Amino acid sequence: MQELFQQLANGIAWGSIYALIALGYTMVYGILRLINFAHGDVYMVGAFAAYYLAIATGAGGAAASLPMALLVLLGSMLVCALVGMLIEFLAYRPVRRSSRLTALITAIGVSLFLENVGLRVFGADPKFFPQLIPPKRITLAGGIMVTNHQITVVVVSILLMVALTLFIQRTKTGKAMRAVAFHRDAASLMGIPVNRIITITFAIGSALAAAAGVLVGLTNPKIEPLMGIMPGIKAFVAAVLGGIGSIPGAVIGGLVMGVSEYLVVGYVSSTYRDAIAFVILILVLLIRPAGLLGRNVAEKV
Amino acid sequence: MIRSLRPLSLAALLVAAIALMAGCAKQSNEIVIGEYGSLTGTTATFGISSKNGIELYLDNLNAAGGIGGTKVKVIVEDDQSKPEEAATAVNKLVDQDGVIAVLGEVASSRSMAAAPICQQSGVPMISPSSTNPKVTEIGDYIFRVCFIDPFQGQMIAKFAKEKLGLTKAAVFRDIKNDYSVGLASYFTDAYHALGGTIVADAAYSEGDQDFKAQLTVIKSKKPQVLIVPGYYTEVGLIARQAREMGLDVPMVGGDGWVSDKLIEIGQDALNGCYHVNHYWEEDPNPAIQKFVTEYKSRYNAKPDGLAALAYDAAGVLTSALDRLRTEDPAAFKALLGPRNDAQKAARAKLRDRIASTKDYPGVTGRITLDAARNAVKPAVFVGIKNGKYEFVAAVEP
Repeated sequence: MQELFQQLANGIAWGSIYALIALGYTMVYGILRLINFAHGDVYMVGAFAAYYLAIATGAGGAAASLPMALLVLLGSMLVCALVGMLIEFLAYRPVRRSSRLTALITAIGVSLFLENVGLRVFGADPKFFPQLIPPKRITLAGGIMVTNHQITVVVVSILLMVALTLFIQRTKTGKAMRAVAFHRDAASLMGIPVNRIITITFAIGSALAAAAGVLVGLTNPKIEPLMGIMPGIKAFVAAVLGGIGSIPGAVIGGLVMGVSEYLVVGYVSSTYRDAIAFVILILVLLIRPAGLLGRNVAEKV
Repeated sequence: MIRSLRPLSLAALLVAAIALMAGCAKQSNEIVIGEYGSLTGTTATFGISSKNGIELYLDNLNAAGGIGGTKVKVIVEDDQSKPEEAATAVNKLVDQDGVIAVLGEVASSRSMAAAPICQQSGVPMISPSSTNPKVTEIGDYIFRVCFIDPFQGQMIAKFAKEKLGLTKAAVFRDIKNDYSVGLASYFTDAYHALGGTIVADAAYSEGDQDFKAQLTVIKSKKPQVLIVPGYYTEVGLIARQAREMGLDVPMVGGDGWVSDKLIEIGQDALNGCYHVNHYWEEDPNPAIQKFVTEYKSRYNAKPDGLAALAYDAAGVLTSALDRLRTEDPAAFKALLGPRNDAQKAARAKLRDRIASTKDYPGVTGRITLDAARNAVKPAVFVGIKNGKYEFVAAVEP
């Protein structure tokens, strides 16, 4: 029993990372009806941005402290927000009025571009993420062992998700985002600056991916330029599972993905670690195509 | 009219270019050998150490006049730590560069991907440090200068059972890796034979980042020792995560741990862990110390066991070439010539000279190749204490 709870605890920490990435997928889809396949690679850029920031500021060694770790996190989020806005401006805006297939292929192109630039600039050999916070073992009730890193991951994820929800529900920009998601042309007629809203969406989504990248570096300190491919795909499945376009759906989807991965590796076989994501995807598409929290919208013909 | 001429002139140009290239490939004044290795990717230090070791040996040799006045040139290809790229790299070395022998790889999976190409083309290949027995079983042109995994697995089993006195072991193997799967099985058999029990046998895949799910299961089986026959990148992460999960038993592994990155990744988590190595760099033997000093001053790094083996692989190859030169000068001359039947026959003779290597004085011990083209030699156990290696034992085969 203790073993099961241990797996669940680890699965939730791991799933929080998927949830953060899935949020970016779902936000962009909600607004543009575009699956941004480059999103997983933005997560990779986030991890590397933090890696170089930590080395440059000494936050990984001599000057390691909580404020420095926070600085690295925010710095990396800022870098990725800019990268996200740039991707939107250079790659997606020119094809926005084209068919959805064109946009999808563009997204795959951007993804490959980021991966190969990463290989060229950062090098193909894995890097070891500096220790922003010294690891500490914490024993919870029932003998479940977690680390301060895992707790940080869960806490930071929850804070970011709450902040995002408040932003979307309570601010004027958030309201505008919901309006653009609901009907882009009508929103535009009402005087909402659609282009600016889309840019903001990309910035926020990419910043969340960067946060996921930094958190992964903290708990699993190995980063490399192709690290975004699998988590990107799994977070996409998480977004579909939760109902793409739905923010709470993305969070639930991410957690389900993380926990099911741990259960499969722990009780079935580690070889099925990646396969479980696709089994879930197929089941969702067969049983509930709109996802757990998604709405079934009839296509206008 | 002009239009229809164009393809013709293009074709003529192509023919001229091919003729020119073929012209370049005739008699040369140096022996060209190939090397493939993981200069980048998950096991980058394997390839870099090996490249340095070979480079050091050949530069010393060439500075001293080469093989009876003939210099040896090495063409290096990167396989990015991927088996499929290893095959591509060796195809290029054999077909395009026309090398007469190939040195590489460290990882058994990658040696096994490339060895069939060397075997079919009749180009001798010497793996410095692939320990899986299947590598040299591919054919009679494939050699190695290191010990093999059945020996290594037995050594780890003996060490865990007798030296550490631990009777309950958990095995955690890399399921995607021939070396790891093989070594884990050899260990298991030997450990059973010694009366030990395997309480858990779990698997991961090369490139994984997270091992906590498997470690949770392993921990619940309460092993006294954790055997991880994998490569350093994953081993470092596994050590960290095992300690984070409260699994504090010693870890023991094979020569896949050999890398100066290992401690950088695993840090304190590796305290009290042990692994097999091919030599001990602080061995007072003057030949070893000469190699260590030269390597350090040139690359500003300590030569690991893989650098030492690569140094020896280059030595075994060039000593075979030297014997061929004195015993059969015509064949040696054919090796310098174009890729024709005469060269192929000469490569077969070179193969025979490599196969008869006896008591070659390498830095990793005396190397004698047996009938199965494997080296028979001792291995070394090292322990990790506070981020430093210490010598534990040397084991004779």
